[in-house]
Amino acid sequence: MEILISILIFIMIIAALISLEIKDLLSSVVSLAAVGLILTLLFLLLQAPDVAIVQFVVEILSLVILIRATIIRDDSVYDRKYDRKSFIYRISALFCVIIFLIFVIISLKNLPPFGTKIYNKLADYYIKNTINDTGAVDIVAAIILNYRAYDTLGEATVLFTAILGAVLVLRKIGRLRNER
Amino acid sequence: MFKYLAYILCLTLFFVGLYGIIVKKNLFKIIISFIIMENALNLFFILLGYRKSATFPIFLKNIEQTNIVDPVPQALVLTSIVIGLSVTILMVAIALRIYEKYKTFDITEIKNLKG
Amino acid sequence: MKDKNSGMTLIVKTVTRWTVLLIMLYGFYITFFGHLGPGGGFAGGIIVVLSFIHIILAYGKDFVVKKINENIAGILETTGGLLFLTIAILGLFTGIFFKDFLGKGKVFSIFSAGIILPANIAIMIKVGFGMLSAFLCLILFSSQQEENKKKE
Repeated sequence: MEILISILIFIMIIAALISLEIKDLLSSVVSLAAVGLILTLLFLLLQAPDVAIVQFVVEILSLVILIRATIIRDDSVYDRKYDRKSFIYRISALFCVIIFLIFVIISLKNLPPFGTKIYNKLADYYIKNTINDTGAVDIVAAIILNYRAYDTLGEATVLFTAILGAVLVLRKIGRLRNER
Repeated sequence: MFKYLAYILCLTLFFVGLYGIIVKKNLFKIIISFIIMENALNLFFILLGYRKSATFPIFLKNIEQTNIVDPVPQALVLTSIVIGLSVTILMVAIALRIYEKYKTFDITEIKNLKG
Repeated sequence: MKDKNSGMTLIVKTVTRWTVLLIMLYGFYITFFGHLGPGGGFAGGIIVVLSFIHIILAYGKDFVVKKINENIAGILETTGGLLFLTIAILGLFTGIFFKDFLGKGKVFSIFSAGIILPANIAIMIKVGFGMLSAFLCLILFSSQQEENKKKE
């Protein structure tokens, strides 16, 4: 089981690298979709069907939006040679990654090994009392909409604000240009 | 070390996204790196809640379930995915506006044209 | 070369006519059974929007924009948000914010689990029409850009 999960994550890494390094934008978006669909498979293997459904649907919608956005624009401009500057960027990226990696290796000792999660008080309470408290069978739905519904209200506000921003940015014609 | 292999691979995926944000010059490549980092974070939360040979957090009729996966990280990730989609739409909208103004996705060109 | 706004070929249009209602029905199923199985308002809302996007891609944008333009989608989105807030405030009358005022009901039946079912429906309307309005704006923007290019 752990070996299967590790192999799938390794394929995800390879697909992510391909989608970053390939020249054509459309191929890069399709490769990104491979990352998301393998992620859906992993959620199913890790016993999270709720999250798997949402991830699958969101991946398809974002794929449609990204392809609509990239397919019309001509993409011959990038990947020009920036010799010295590009070298400095790469070195600084490597530096960042190494610093983060040191912190990760230090903090991994405090995590439980993979597959041996011990319940804390909160998860224990939710598992024992969900049916008696709410009457729902799905524990995740009970947490989102009954125990922590206030959290979901805030989330709905964030979503509303982000979509409002997108609609405002894509407004049909600017007011100034109309007057001219 | 083998016990932590899944965590380390998941964090490597996160670093691939970080590398893309720092190095790439194309606006769409930067958006793609953002999405990769998001996916890696969501996967890390779910990996933390997994227990060996446990069942999904939904009760079934007439079956006694005692060993259940931790449901709290799943509830947190569920809302995070939808927020990620709306943020992606916002980023694409801003990138299209920039393309309309400067006719390019290259961020160094945009900096030069500003004057 | 045909006009881009008139949609795809006859085969695609026929298949779309058969499948769109099934996709929408699946979205409603996922929403209404959110407390009995995997799924819920978020997934159901996005599936309902995907059926609309299916129509837009197959028949061209004018077919949908005539019926639902982005203003109506925005109004429906705010309606969903207000519905969710109304459920929260109705709980305030019986005690606390977001209190379960409907009662538990019989476990494993559809009309159980109190406020989870109406809250799922409210979130479906909110998420679904929010994404639809953003997508309509993206499509209108890119088609308008093409027109500008033709004029120049």
